[in-house]
Amino acid sequence: MAHIVGGIFTSHVPAIGGAIARGLQEDPYWKPFFDGFHPIHRWLAAARPDVAVLFYNDHGLNFFLDTMPTFAVGAAAEYHNADEGWGLPVMKPFPGAEALSWHIIEHLVASEFDITTCQKMAVDHALTVPLALSWPGADNRPVRIVPIALNTVQHPLPSPSRCLALGRAVHDALASWPGAERIVIFGTGGLSHQLDGERAGFINKDYDRFCLDHLGPEPEALVAHSAVDIVELAGSQGIEILNWIAARGALGPDVREVSRNYHIPISNTAAATMLLETPATLSKAA
Amino acid sequence: MTAIVETLTARPHRRTIPGTSLFDGDAAARGYALNAMCYSFNDEANREAFRADEEGYCQRFGLTSQQRAAVASRNVLAMIDAGGNIYYLAKLAGIFGLSVQDLGAQQTGVTVEEFRHKLQAEGEL
Repeated sequence: MAHIVGGIFTSHVPAIGGAIARGLQEDPYWKPFFDGFHPIHRWLAAARPDVAVLFYNDHGLNFFLDTMPTFAVGAAAEYHNADEGWGLPVMKPFPGAEALSWHIIEHLVASEFDITTCQKMAVDHALTVPLALSWPGADNRPVRIVPIALNTVQHPLPSPSRCLALGRAVHDALASWPGAERIVIFGTGGLSHQLDGERAGFINKDYDRFCLDHLGPEPEALVAHSAVDIVELAGSQGIEILNWIAARGALGPDVREVSRNYHIPISNTAAATMLLETPATLSKAA
Repeated sequence: MTAIVETLTARPHRRTIPGTSLFDGDAAARGYALNAMCYSFNDEANREAFRADEEGYCQRFGLTSQQRAAVASRNVLAMIDAGGNIYYLAKLAGIFGLSVQDLGAQQTGVTVEEFRHKLQAEGEL
């Protein structure tokens, strides 16, 4: 069976992509955020994943509001990035883990998750920025990917508990995959931020700390709130924590925190990065 | 037999969060034309066409008069009132050279410097 080695959780603010393109990792504004990836780089060098399963949300690149899936799973051999309209450089394509995608899709539908399946799917900054942070270098493609997009844009949104259940079903799919791949899970976006309305610029450190403290040991605490509760607590776009919740479900029951970083502000966002590893990785390292 | 007239606004009253408008079915339906135009700005040729003939470009997408006025005045809160979603509006703002921090400052009635300072201060508390 496949080995789930751990999970990387990180903000995906578009401006981070711009900072990478301009080489600003050591700039005083950016350094406190980028420094959070040093332990992740060391961990990845030892964990050596082959595949990344990424929970993220599209911001109007692949999905317009004419057709808005609640959960969409990619099943492509290759995923293209494209112009998002706000000046980020377009990344070269990412290779897909196509057979694993179909295995996950079959398992999810058999588990009564009525997902949308995408054989063609453009991926935006919410997927490309976390990969570029984890494996620096514009042409660096060490993993094949399975993108899973959650609707965090147009209400009604999926409930937090449903997102956790989706992640857990993905975990079961990975556990039953016969291949020997080493798999890393990503949850992207957040933490608290709001771009729109008179409350633009809203940040909630107490709620962010609650999320960071409970995500690993007690993810059920995060799903006690409804999606609209989370909008109130974390801001209109802080609801991207749904991606973290789903990703946490995909890791399985037991995890250990390896590192975390929390820095305000990156653009309008309370930026956070967290690395959780699974017992399988612990026993390998021992 | 009486016809049953159903409207989106006839649904039960929903929760309100101060300073925050949920982008729900009402907003998505109301804002469709505006968001569709903004979605087209993923393509540089369309951004160029908008710059060359803003009025004609807005007409092509069938913006309502409220949406057209909001775009003409570059007023983000008015665009949101007209059903605009911020992720799509950010693509329009890019044409005007405005970042999400510029948008934040405009919506909260402060200068960009003040808006940035407020965020920095959150990090220092």
